[in-house]
Order: sequence, then C-alpha cells, then structure tokens
Amino acid sequence: MRSRFRLNSRTVTMGIVLGLILSLVTVGWAFAQEGGPPSYRQFPIIGSRVAIWIFAQVHLMFAAFMLGVPMFAVVVEYVGMRSGEKRYDNLAREFTKLIMVAASITATLGAVFTFLLFTLYPNYMSRLADVFLPTMIAYPLLFFGEIFSLYFYWYSWDRLDTPQGKPWHLFIGIMLNVFGTILMFVANAWLTFSISPQSGGAALYDVSGNFTGTLWQAVNNATWWPINIHRVIANVAFGGAVVGMYSAMRFLNAKNDNERAHYDWMGYVGNFIAVLGLLPLPFAGYWLGREIYGFNQQMGVTMMGGFLSWLWIIQAMLIAIIFLSANYYLWIGMGRIEGGERYTGYIKWLLVTLTLGVLVWATPHNPVVTASEQAQIGGAFHPLLGVLGVMSAKNTAVNIMILTTFLSFIFYRRAGKGEPVPFKMHGPTAQVVILIVVAICLVLAGSPTVYVFAEGLFGDPSRLIRVGLTAMHGLIIVAAAVLTFMNRGKLGQWLILASAAFVVVFFGVYGYYVSAIVRIGFSIYQVLAVLTALISVMGIDVFLFKDAPNLGVIRWGKMPARSQYILILLAVTFTWLMGLMGYARNAIRQHWHIYQVMQDTSIDAFSPTLGFAARVISVCVLLFMALVAFVFWIGDLGHKEEVESPIPEVAPRAAAAPVPAGAVAASTAVVEANPASAAGVSAK
Amino acid sequence: MSLIKHKLTQFLLILICAYLLFEFGIPALSYYLTGTAAPVPAHLLWAIYMPAVTLVSLLFVSANEASWNEFRTPVINLLVNRESIGVVLLRLAILILLPVLAGAITFFQLQSTVSAPASLRSIHPADPGTITVNGEQIVLQGLSNPYRHEGQVAQEVLAEGHELYIQNCMFCHGDGLDGNGMFADGLNPRPANFTDPGTIAQLSESYVLWRVAKGGPGLPAEGKPWNSAMPAWEDQLTVDEMWKVIAYLYEGAGPNIFPAERAIEEE
Repeated sequence: MRSRFRLNSRTVTMGIVLGLILSLVTVGWAFAQEGGPPSYRQFPIIGSRVAIWIFAQVHLMFAAFMLGVPMFAVVVEYVGMRSGEKRYDNLAREFTKLIMVAASITATLGAVFTFLLFTLYPNYMSRLADVFLPTMIAYPLLFFGEIFSLYFYWYSWDRLDTPQGKPWHLFIGIMLNVFGTILMFVANAWLTFSISPQSGGAALYDVSGNFTGTLWQAVNNATWWPINIHRVIANVAFGGAVVGMYSAMRFLNAKNDNERAHYDWMGYVGNFIAVLGLLPLPFAGYWLGREIYGFNQQMGVTMMGGFLSWLWIIQAMLIAIIFLSANYYLWIGMGRIEGGERYTGYIKWLLVTLTLGVLVWATPHNPVVTASEQAQIGGAFHPLLGVLGVMSAKNTAVNIMILTTFLSFIFYRRAGKGEPVPFKMHGPTAQVVILIVVAICLVLAGSPTVYVFAEGLFGDPSRLIRVGLTAMHGLIIVAAAVLTFMNRGKLGQWLILASAAFVVVFFGVYGYYVSAIVRIGFSIYQVLAVLTALISVMGIDVFLFKDAPNLGVIRWGKMPARSQYILILLAVTFTWLMGLMGYARNAIRQHWHIYQVMQDTSIDAFSPTLGFAARVISVCVLLFMALVAFVFWIGDLGHKEEVESPIPEVAPRAAAAPVPAGAVAASTAVVEANPASAAGVSAK
Repeated sequence: MSLIKHKLTQFLLILICAYLLFEFGIPALSYYLTGTAAPVPAHLLWAIYMPAVTLVSLLFVSANEASWNEFRTPVINLLVNRESIGVVLLRLAILILLPVLAGAITFFQLQSTVSAPASLRSIHPADPGTITVNGEQIVLQGLSNPYRHEGQVAQEVLAEGHELYIQNCMFCHGDGLDGNGMFADGLNPRPANFTDPGTIAQLSESYVLWRVAKGGPGLPAEGKPWNSAMPAWEDQLTVDEMWKVIAYLYEGAGPNIFPAERAIEEE
C-alpha cells in the first residue's frame, strides 16, 4: 500500500494553522485598542451559544478521533513489527490513512470554533487570555508538532519499512501521540478552569474578581486531571468505534470475499479496541464526578440531583446500548468460528445478566409520575424501585455488566480452541508471568486495606468485612494460579469471576445498611475486585490456551449484515454520548462563563432543556457523520489496491477434526488458524 | 419442533412475562417488602422497561443464524404468503387493526383529563450560593454547622435542638423524623423523611440551613410545581436556633445519617 496523498492537503492545513496564529495576533491587537469590544455579538439565526456549541462539539468529535486512532495505530504497528506479520503493519497504515484527511477537517473546525469564540464572546476570551496567554501561544506551536509528526509518520512509512527504520517510524508515531496528548491537555486546562477556577483547594480569584494564582495553578485546577484521564481513555474507545464503523461500511460495500474478510477482521479489531477503552471509562467518569462534587457541592448537586439528574438516565440508556451492542457483536462473531457453537448456550445467561444490569441502570430515583401515581406509590420515590436509583445500585450494575462483557470476550477468544495442553509444556516463563500477575493483583486489591488497618480493624464492622472480602478475593486469585499450574485453569478463572461478582454484589447490598461515608468507600473495593479479576483471568487465559489444538478456523467475512449495522450503531451511540457529556460538562456552569467568577450576562444566559440539548446534540452527530462519510470517501479516492486477507503466512496447526472443504467459502476467503493471533493486540 | 421452543413464541412469551412481572409482580413484591403495593409508573414501564426488554428479546432471538432464521420465517411468511387463505386473512386483519390501535392510543393520549399534571420537580435543586436571613448575608459554600466540632455536637445543643424540633417541626416531619407527622397526609409533596438515606444524608448542613430558612417559598423554579408546604422558618427562628435543630436532625434520624460534607472530608 503506497502513500497517495497530495501536497495540497498539507498546504491547506498549514494555511489554517497560520491563519489561526494570525487571528490570535490580530485579536490581541484588537483587544489593545481603546474602547474595547462589546461583551457579546450575536450569530445570526441560531444564536451565538448554539453556533459555538455545534462547532465546538463537532471539533471535539473529530479531535477525539484524531487523538484516539494514533494511539492504537502505533500499538498495532508494534505488534506487526514484533510478530513479523505484514497484515498488522498494513492495518496500522489503514488506520492512519483515515486520520490524514480528518486532520484538515479537525483543524478547520477548530479554527472556526476559535474565530467564533473570539468574535462572539470577546470579554470571556479576554478574561481567559489574561490567565492563559502563554498556553494560547504554545497551542498552535504544538499543533505544528502534531501535524508535522502526522505527515512524517504517514509519508515515511515506506522509506522506514526496514528492520533498522521501523523503530524510528514507531518513534515518530509515539511523538505524534505525545504532541496530540499535550495539545489536548492544554485545551483541557481552558475548559476545566472555566468549570473549577480552583487549585489545591485554594480559589484563584479574590473577591474583586482579580486573578491571584499562577499559570500552573490555573492549568492544574481541580478538574483538569480527571478530564485528562477521562478523555485519553474515551479517545481510544471512540477511535476504535469509528474505525469499526468505517470497516462496517466497507464490509457492506465489499465486492468480493477477500474484501469482506479483510474488513470483517478490521471491524473486529476496531470493536475490540472500543470495548477495551469502554471498560475502564465508567471509573474515570466517577472520579470526575467526585472531583466536581468535592470542588463545589452546588455544582455537584446540580449535576446529580438537580435539573441534570435525568440526563444520567439518558446516559444510562446509551451505555446500555453500547454494552449490549458490544456483547452482541461478539456473540454473532462466534458464529464465524468453527467450534464456537459450544458457547452459544451461555449467551442467554449473559443476556439475562446484562438485561438486569440495564434495568437497574435505567431506573431513576424519582420517576416521572402523575399525581395519581404519586399517591399510589406514596411519594416521589417508588418504595421498591427507588432503591435502584442510587449510586450503590448503579455501581453494582455497571461492575457486573463489565464482568459479563469480559466473559463474552473470554468465550470468543477460546471459541475455536480445544482443551488446554498440560501447563508444564509452557515452561517456567509462564509460571513466572502468572505469579507476577497475581502479585500485581494482590497489591492492587489490597491497597485500600492499608488505610483500614491504619484506622483500626475493629472500630467498625464494615472494616472487618472490607478486609475479609479483600483477603478472600486475593486468596481465590492465588488459588486460581495454583489450579492453573495443576491443569485446572478454567476452574480457577471461574472462581475469580465468581469471587469478583460476589464482592461487587455484596458491597452493593451492604451499602444500603451503612452511612454515606462508608458506602462511598465501598465503590473502591468493587472497582478493584473487577479490575483484578480482569487482569488475573486474562493473564491466565493467555497461557492457558496457548498451543491448544484448533477445532477449526475463523471464517473471516462470514458475518451477517446486521453485525455490521451493530458496529455502525456503536459508533453513532458513542458519538451521541460524547455530545451528551459535553452538554453536561458545560451545563453545570449554568449562568457562569467562569464559575462564580465571570457571569454570563448574554441573552443566552439560561439553561436549555434536555429536549433542546438532545436536538442540538443530534445535529452535531449528523454533521459529524456526514463529514466522516466524506473523510472515508476521500480516503478511498484514487488508486484502488487489492486488500490483503488476514490469512497468516503459516499453515494452521492440526485441528481436532478435519475441516470439510465446503466449510471454507473460497480460496481467497480468509481463514485464520489461530483466532488469538487475529484477535487484536492484547492477545500478544 | 414444539411451539414453546419456537423462537417467535419465546420472543412473545418473554415480552408477556416481563409485562406481567412489571405490572403485577413488582407491586406484590413491593407490598411484601414495604407494605405498599406500589405499581410501576406508566412512564417507567412503557418508555424504559418494556422497550429495553423488547430490544433484549430481539438480541436473544438473533444471536445466531439458526435462531434468527427460525424467528424470521413465520414473520416473513405472514407478510408475503399468498397461498394460504388463513395467512392472508391474518395479514389483512393485522394491517387494519394496527393503524386503528395506533389511532386509539393517540386519541386517548391527546384527550384532556382532569388529573393533575406529572410532578417533575427537581427534588434537590441547587442552593443559590448566598442567602440573606434576617438581614445577615450567609455564604453557603463551605459553611459548616458552628455547633459541630470534629463531627460531634454537645448534648445541651442537641437537647435544645430537640425541643425546637418538637415545638415547630414535629407536626409535619413526625416525632420519629420519618415524615409521618399528623399533617403529613394532607401535604403534597409529603414532608421529608429524615431517616431515609436519600434525604439529609445526601446533603450538607449548609444546604439544610437554606431549606429550613427559606422553606417552600424559597425554592428555585426547578423545585416547582407543587411548592413545598415547608414554611420559611427565618420568620420564626434565629439562625442560631436553626443550626441547633439541624444538628438534632442528623443525630435523631439514626446512626447512619451523617452530613454529606463529612463523607467528602473523610475520604
């Protein structure tokens, strides 16, 4: 696959960046003029706020795509380098192709967003510039770094495709990620400062409204790091979802089995990355919510208990769709693996568990009721269902859904494999690695109990229970490792998952019987139980099924069309969710530009309804999808090459039963001897 | 294959059983556990639960090709079969009845009723940040109860707060602080149940001060309609007295009721 992009896309991007710098200088000069600008200007027809909203949101969606894709493109390229399999290198290049065109659109949208901010809200931007001017100058320079890295990464692909050159190419890819991440962190500082102009518990403005802090304090404000972490993880998930959508569209338009097989594989990798990013995302979100609440209770109450409380029910439904879709894709995917039918019996139980989680997640604390219903239920809260509307139940539900999704993935991984070989055949390295994984899990799981011991074990029954359950979970992880060495690894994995589920449900129920102070702490134990279960089960699984006999092949390309529509649904849902969270993040500021420092006195100084917000978000999503479709179309213009199927270079290992000739669709259809090697990057 | 095992039958059975569970099972369980046979609100049932169950049922029947084909076959047959007179008549009946049903649902939904509109008020609206009580400006952000030192309140303060509570608050909020005072049944919304972990245990004492001082009339727009009957106690109590009552509320409501700011501080 050869690089085909022409010089003019670079020129356009360079022009936009130069224009951005010029506009900053011009605006700075304009601010220096006597008389000053008006406080606000109006954007015609839709108003200034909606104009900013749309351009900011669509820019953010593209930026998330631009930042997320290089992260896993570099990893996939590395996997290709280590394994020597060219298809991974080609996959990484195909990922990068997508963001080459997207870069110009991202920059254009960012430039328009910046122009609108400076022209429509001059006083607000002046106030921000007073604090952040050095970062606003650094931002376009960082942008140069990112764009140069991106072009260097793309255009040097062939030239550095040598054993000596590839590590340098990877280095360029890493620098692309570094520049992009720093760029995002700088922009995050501006928006988080507007939300929480406070650092280390100290306010950064005096009572007269003068800024009294330092630039670093303004950057490192109360919500900066939670947003940073949340966005890094979310970018990976979002990037994977959009790549999955691209693959789905190409699959549905594929002209032959080879293309179908290639894009089926690409879609699987995209979905895998999206789910990988999805699993830790709730924890990052909870941390952000906790920091917002800690910064200002008023803001926290507005967000969780006030007019935005129903927004979280909408979010719950979207996340439910994401979890169900991701699992459904894996279940259908098992249909393309010979031997996968052994696990179809588990699907209904996984679905029941997920359904219960969805119903718990979607249950509000105060439901929409008529007056007569309110009289029937005896108040604003349902006496039975109301208990499902609080955080204890939500935490429990999401952790169980994460475990269930992980279990679906484990079944998918082993769908085409027979029984594991005796563990001693893997050598001492396997034992050492598993012991290291166990040690990491024990440290992780045990870390919060240090504080319990410091407080005193016997002051409160919940402390004994916390330590006891942690010890139980840790012992089970150790026992699972021992069982693995004794060739009973699958039993060990089941024990770990059951233990994690028990810990999650126990603390969820127990949380109703303790004070808020204790209940909040339980969520940490639930999260760590799930995380350690994921790490330890995966660590065991990697070795457990290594060299296991293959029962058949993966028939890449043999997927029904509805599986591809699920990938498209995933991307659309992720995008809509991003828009919704963007609205939440800004709505909690209410009538403040900079919270409790600079008030919004424009004609848009009111909180829009959730219905209105939903319409604007939908417009943003439609715009994004239209532009992304354009990106995909542009990326495919020009020379059309034959896509390579993800067939490995080596012959399949011996299967337990011979594969009938008719089971393979065509000689060019993709067969994969080892599902694990095509199952994405983490299998390696 | 038996009819029960057919995927279309299972799909319909899941929907029916789910509806029966929500419509009858939940109220029965609610009665068994809480003494109130509370039904599932219509909005929750039809806008959230049943659509979720329908979606999940579709995932169930389509999770593999054999199952999906089995589900689809009778549906496609119903839509395209021209040979069987029974199927044709059934198709006609459905195609006529479905729009009639949609029309009937729309008609009844659009009909005006005499029932009061849904109460969509925000249960915990955000406080205004600063309030003025008896001429004194009070900044609520970061404000703590002056009578609480290291989480503890002196017994004499609690005793005074208890007395003030009995004199002023008991009639609505009850002597058990559970919202079942003698006037409670006549009020909408009902007085807050302080023993419920979802009320004052979720709030800081400064927030409660705002609610006590300003009462129902002081609620912001998002806390309406159906203004709370809570009086604005700033007309009868001093700020000092309000702090004492608030301290008593947390003490008297039960061993697991603590102000929310203590939970955040001690994390």
